[in-house]
Amino acid sequence: MSDNQHIDEYRRKFLGQASAAVAATAVAPGVFLTAPAAAKPADQPVDDSKRWGILVDTHKCADGCTACVTACEQENGWGEYSYEHESSPEQKAHWIRKVNLRDKATGHAITLPLFCQHCEVPPCADVCPTGASFKRADGIVLVDKHICIGCRYCMMACPYKARSFIHEDLKDQKPWAPRGKGTVESCTMCVHRVDNDGIPACVEACNAENHKAMFFGDLRDENSEISRQLEEYGAKEIRPDLKLNTGVRYRGI
Amino acid sequence: MSHPRLLRRIAGLVLPALLLLPLAATAEEEEEALPFSDLEVVIPERHFSEELECVQPEDEMRRNHMKYILHQRDETMHKGIRTRRYSLEECINCHAVKDDNGEYVRIEDSRHFCATCHTYAAVDIDCFQCHSDVPVRESMLNTLKSSQVHHGGAVPANGLSSDTLRLLAAEDAPQ
Ligand code: HEC
Ligand code: HEC
Ligand code: HEC
Repeated sequence: MSDNQHIDEYRRKFLGQASAAVAATAVAPGVFLTAPAAAKPADQPVDDSKRWGILVDTHKCADGCTACVTACEQENGWGEYSYEHESSPEQKAHWIRKVNLRDKATGHAITLPLFCQHCEVPPCADVCPTGASFKRADGIVLVDKHICIGCRYCMMACPYKARSFIHEDLKDQKPWAPRGKGTVESCTMCVHRVDNDGIPACVEACNAENHKAMFFGDLRDENSEISRQLEEYGAKEIRPDLKLNTGVRYRGI
Repeated sequence: MSHPRLLRRIAGLVLPALLLLPLAATAEEEEEALPFSDLEVVIPERHFSEELECVQPEDEMRRNHMKYILHQRDETMHKGIRTRRYSLEECINCHAVKDDNGEYVRIEDSRHFCATCHTYAAVDIDCFQCHSDVPVRESMLNTLKSSQVHHGGAVPANGLSSDTLRLLAAEDAPQ
């Protein structure tokens, strides 16, 4: 797939970069909060005291395993769990997909889940003419489908090809994950779960499979597991050259 | 009689008559059937217990329900405010109507709570192109209840209010 080729290229470009430096300086710029993270009361708005992120450890991500993808489909009602019968495979929703990479020089192969990278400076929000693409104060990048006009500029702008467009009428959506024809969508970091003190469905599924290749948490909280993992082992952004400061980081790429 | 006086006299007679005219007209119309008066209005079905009340007094909801949900929409979408009171999901959970076979009626059905008045008043909302028009079954919620938390403590299934959970459990029971 041309997709993989691209990522292969990106990968070779930043293979030599020191990962520790990336993790320490770029992941959580600004304040480090030491107070223990507490659940947000339902009536309080989210704020920038948190920045949600996901760390993917490609060493642990199992070849052929698609538990994260299936869990996302089920949780958010797309793919196998929706009624998109008319769309071609290229048109169909892909909130998260497994990408396989192989370094031609060494033969070393890795597999990883690719989804919205929740950039600090999201290009999708930059190009959106209506303000439908936006970043929440806590770093989660979303589409406000109520004001999305379906122009798909954001799909073009996204360097990760993380977004998709719904081409047909849908039925029986999940009550907590409304989606419908004529709007763009992508990974929401399971915002409906996160706001209720939960973790994204993909991370949960990966843990349930005992692969433990995904960590979810607050990048600003230096005591969170994700921050400790990042401090100890480091991780990289895909396309760090774009300086998007993504909230999703990968180890072993 | 000078002209001004005559004019005033005529005006004194004509004006009251003019003012009374509309009243006379309505009185007359009331005797005849109004156009479309044979039109049947689907009244929102009352299916739940009498103790349950709407989230605001009924007359307020009748007039201003859209203000509450549209405000809630922006609060939830942009600020992550997840109070349940004015959540569209909760309106649907509480106002769900079942047909004779015990199945929830869908939005295309004029008996669906949000379709009742809207059909009559020719209001067309697109909400249900994306939003679920029926509550989720209790059996489905069970799978959600297992979802993990990262700060400890139990999460109510998908943040639904306990009232709703009780209601759904009752609805889901074999009948
Ligand atoms: C806890 C249950 C409950 C919830 C949640 C709820 N309602 Fe109600 N609602 C009621 C009850 C009870 C009535 C009184 C009329 C009846 O019995 O149908 C009512 C009445 C109404 C009426 C007036 C109907 C009429 O007969 O004229 C409207 C409109 C309405 N609700 C809209 C909403 C909307 C919009 C929401 C979501 C923000 C909502 N309701 C949430 C229970 C609920
Ligand atoms: C194109 C799809 C789409 C349409 C059409 C749509 N919504 Fe939404 N709506 C969403 C999405 C996506 C969310 C975010 C869900 C979340 O984060 O939990 C949402 C969230 C909401 C919420 C907050 C969550 C809840 O259940 O309380 C409300 C209220 C809401 N919408 C109201 C409306 C109303 C009213 C309409 C019709 C005027 C409407 N929406 C039409 C996609 C849509
Ligand atoms: C009591 C009758 C009644 C019921 C029941 C009712 N509506 Fe309405 N609704 C209306 C009327 C009448 C209007 C139009 C008001 C206007 O245009 O001023 C309206 C308008 C709306 C609007 C704004 C539409 C727009 O384009 O501005 C929304 C959104 C809405 N209703 C949502 C709902 C939902 C969701 C439900 C079910 C929970 C519901 N309504 C149930 C009578 C009702």
